[in-house]
Parts: sequence; C-alpha cells; structure tokens
Amino acid sequence: MTPSSPLDGARRRPEIRNIHVTQIVGYRLPPAGLVSILHRISGAALFLFLPLLLWLFDQSLISELSFARLAEFAGQWWVKLILLGLIWAFLHHLVAGIRYLMLDLHVGLDPGPARASALAVFAVSVPLAAAAGLRLFGVI
Amino acid sequence: MATHSSGIGRRRLVVGAHYGVGGFLAQRLTAVVLALYTLLLVALVLWRRDLSYEGWASLFVPLWMKALTLIALAALLYHAWIGVRDIWMDYVQPTGIRLALQTVTALWLAYCAVWSVQILWRV
Repeated sequence: MTPSSPLDGARRRPEIRNIHVTQIVGYRLPPAGLVSILHRISGAALFLFLPLLLWLFDQSLISELSFARLAEFAGQWWVKLILLGLIWAFLHHLVAGIRYLMLDLHVGLDPGPARASALAVFAVSVPLAAAAGLRLFGVI
Repeated sequence: MATHSSGIGRRRLVVGAHYGVGGFLAQRLTAVVLALYTLLLVALVLWRRDLSYEGWASLFVPLWMKALTLIALAALLYHAWIGVRDIWMDYVQPTGIRLALQTVTALWLAYCAVWSVQILWRV
C-alpha cells in the first residue's frame, strides 16, 4: 500500500455486512431498492401462480359452459383478492421491467432521474392496479 | 491472446466463457416480446369490446393468433426460467438442494409449455 492511500493511518475501514433477516422490516430502502425487491417478489408470485393463470386461460377457452363456471368461480371475493394481487404483480413487473430496459440502454442512470423513474414506476402501477381493483369489486 | 485494450481498465483483461450473457440477453428479449404481446392483447380486447365467451374464444381461433400467443407463452416460460433460476442461485447455497430446485423448475416449465399447446389448439 502506498503512503498516500486514504485507508492509511488511524482511519479504520468501515465494516459492511449483510443485514439480518429480522432487520428487514425496519430497513428503509430508497425508492429504487423498493422497486427492485418488489420486481423480484412480483416475478416470483407470478411464477408460483402460473398454474392458476394457465388454468384460468384454459377454462375461459374450452367451452361456453366452462366459461360460465369460471365467471362464477371468479365472482367469489377471495378469488377476486388473489386476482387483484396478481394484476398488481403483473403491472409492477411490467412497468419496473420497462424501467430496467431503459437503464440497460443507459437512459436515466444519474441519481436524480433514476430516483424519479423509480417513483414513476409506483405512480403508474399503483393507480392502474387500484383501478383494476375497483372494477373487479364492482365499484366502477 | 486478446489485446489489452479490450478489457476493463488498462491492466485487467476480462475473460470467461460468457455463460451469463446469453441468459441476460434472452431475459431482456423475452421481456420485450411479452410487453408487445400484452399491448396486442389489450388492443384486441378493447377493439372488439366483446367479453362474452364467443368474443373471447374467437380471438384465439386464427392461426396467427395461436402462433403469436404460443410464442408469447414460450417467451414467458423462458423468462420465468431465467428469473427463478436467479432466485435459486441467490438464496439457496447448498448445491444439491439448488440443483434439485432448478431441475424441478425446468421440468415444471416444460410441462407448462406442453399444456399451453393443448390449451391453444383446443379452441
């Protein structure tokens, strides 16, 4: 190490460790961090519910009867709740994904625009999901 | 031997088999396919304004729509494979368990691919 290194002398190197699982709830992420972890969670949720989604698609296409049965099944409040969750997951994954494609193309990499686009992801996905929810539960 | 100017920095030469690059690119290309298909499907549904069984099912009758939907579903399954594989690689350290989870994921997605064909060609 050269004498001019900033790590020299009395200054100690800061220790950086992973946070513990129990600290996750109290850990405040910046907007981009929140977009990131929700992108992963929404992707994982869409993967886990893939059999339900394919089954819904199947039942909607087989026959008039299966379509009618499906409409009845999807009319239950707990099914609507699951569907709303999946609609949000899809919207968040899509909008955040578009942001990542832009970042990959080196668009909006600076801290200011990156923070703004992270907030924009929520500004687009949350109202759209809310509108879908209101429609799903018959409010609009 | 590659020239030193192709690496990162003046001294370091970045080499490797580039195994990750294919997956990285495929994840982004499939994402674009999925976004475009979403636009198409939303546009078709809004244009038809018919959400009865007849209106919905007739969307998937023409071969071009079956083909586009199957391509989108294949893109979805490949996209899911890369994403879920990344999750296993990040959080599951024991090699045996990770390999088992990856195998189950791949087989499950392959099953879904066959299922997708059946769903589409029954219409």
